[in-house]
Amino acid sequence: MSQPTLVIGSINWFRYASPQTFYPLAGAMIPWFAWAAAVLCAAGLYVGFFVAPTDQQQGEAYRIIFIHVPAAWMSMFIYVVMAFWAGVGLVFNTRLSHMMATALAPTGALFTFVALWTGALWGKPTWGTWWVWDARLTSELILLFLYFGFMALQAAIDEPRRADRAGAVLALVGVVNIPIIYYSVKWWNTLHQGASVSLTSAPTMAATMLTGMLLMALAAWMYSIAAALHRARSIILERERGADWIANYRHVVKP
Amino acid sequence: MSWASWSDFFAMGGYALYVWGSYAVTAGLIALEVIMLILRRRNALNSAAGLTAGDRP
Repeated sequence: MSQPTLVIGSINWFRYASPQTFYPLAGAMIPWFAWAAAVLCAAGLYVGFFVAPTDQQQGEAYRIIFIHVPAAWMSMFIYVVMAFWAGVGLVFNTRLSHMMATALAPTGALFTFVALWTGALWGKPTWGTWWVWDARLTSELILLFLYFGFMALQAAIDEPRRADRAGAVLALVGVVNIPIIYYSVKWWNTLHQGASVSLTSAPTMAATMLTGMLLMALAAWMYSIAAALHRARSIILERERGADWIANYRHVVKP
Repeated sequence: MSWASWSDFFAMGGYALYVWGSYAVTAGLIALEVIMLILRRRNALNSAAGLTAGDRP
């Protein structure tokens, strides 16, 4: 089967869409992202616990924010990236795009669960309840089910190409939930507060709190990239294990 | 710095259950994902080695 070509500025970008090219490239990048995640997380925890002051209204309970907000951001962002790769895979029929979508789903589900879990533990002391069927919480729970549905659907179909396409359609349909989550606190009168940080207005929190939160968000980004690249490499090995190029990696072929 | 002592730090102003419950579960889940990533890679390498080395038809 011939490779598709997309030549922009004399570079054929589909060259990087081949698993054979991607595999060593991703392998070289993973340690950098993993170390960046560890360093940023350590810095974020230090700022969050030892520099940021006690909140006047919520006392120390607010320190959950350093996990909760980055996890909630990642849960939505990973879904958008997953749906993007799923769409690219459907349009261009590139195997690696589907593999990236598949590789992102478990990490996205992890951050969605963490956002819900830390939200419950934050809601109890501040709202007096672990859970309410508020628009923000409900749409985030639907996001978790979308991730689970994507993974279950792909796991249920034996033929990888059909599994890819079925999962991609589900991922693309589910992307409608993302703006609903994001704007839920504006569209409906919810118990969940509005955004503390937005692109259009100054943040409504102390600078050191914001710094800790952004450091943790960057750490979550770096971790997600490292985890997704790592999982994508395993998926490549699983799906392409009969391919000749895999035999070229000495560490694969055990004596 | 908001803490007079380490016990003050661990008490989290009375919110220890909520704050540490959040951080512990998150850390545990990330550790679990890292372990699963490593195991998946090990399995994938083993089965790829089996195939490319010609052990299986």
